[in-house]
Amino acid sequence: MNSTAQHHDAEGAKLGMWLFLFSELLLFGGLFVLFAVYLQRYPLQFAAGGRELSVAFGTVNTVLLLTSSMTVALALEALRRNRRRLCESLLGFTLLAALLFLVNKGFEWHAKFQHDLYPGSATLQQAPPGRDVFFGLYYLTTGLHGLHVIIGGVLLAWILALVRCDRINGASPTVLENGALYWHLVDIIWIFIFPLYYLLL
Amino acid sequence: MQHTGSMRQLIGIWGLLLLLTAATVGISRIHLGAANIWAALGIATAKATLVTLFFMHLKKEGRVIKISLLVTLATLATFIGLTFFDVLYR
Repeated sequence: MNSTAQHHDAEGAKLGMWLFLFSELLLFGGLFVLFAVYLQRYPLQFAAGGRELSVAFGTVNTVLLLTSSMTVALALEALRRNRRRLCESLLGFTLLAALLFLVNKGFEWHAKFQHDLYPGSATLQQAPPGRDVFFGLYYLTTGLHGLHVIIGGVLLAWILALVRCDRINGASPTVLENGALYWHLVDIIWIFIFPLYYLLL
Repeated sequence: MQHTGSMRQLIGIWGLLLLLTAATVGISRIHLGAANIWAALGIATAKATLVTLFFMHLKKEGRVIKISLLVTLATLATFIGLTFFDVLYR
């Protein structure tokens, strides 16, 4: 791997990943600012909207993401010590958690649609102003976050394949390092989405 | 096993994160008025800090990454501050 023909700049790769994550923070930051401004304008409608969301689904998904964040960090530790089997199992578990998160999200959105709560639905059009803003932001923010979960999952699945065929190992863990950083960011975004949307009184 | 310590540390941080999650759900069920949203934001910030410092190993990173994180957060804070300066005093 580390032949002279192949220049490998681990520090540069990591800095590039962090810079990308900062741009992601600003992207989601914009959505959180929107949420804050409209929460201040329509506090009662936002509280009513928040009560429509399932605390149980939100909590389970929080635990899933926190746990998967730990397992991907452990997978990196395992790889650094060249314990490949352990690394593969931990990555597999992380992927399973990501999949379960998306399944839960699917059930959740399905239930909302059945209750006629989606952008432009008759119920929301008749509801007092502000309720439709809450659900618009809910779908936009959790949808964009869900897209990040899908991208992170695909990325980690590819990394698992690379670990399996020994393209990544303890001597060259950069790709897993960066994949793990991305997954932690997905976790951090959810850490803020959960109390702001699901736990509003 | 020379590095078992750091694996144990990761599991410990996970335990803390779960406790903080339980705390944020618990506090949200009590009506505290405006304090609810600040408690939620405070706990979320604490959780995000734990993830950044320990899972993402920010503690071990160099000065460039730490400073650019601060610049990002300062940019975001300015953005939020200026927005509310407009929205609240319009």
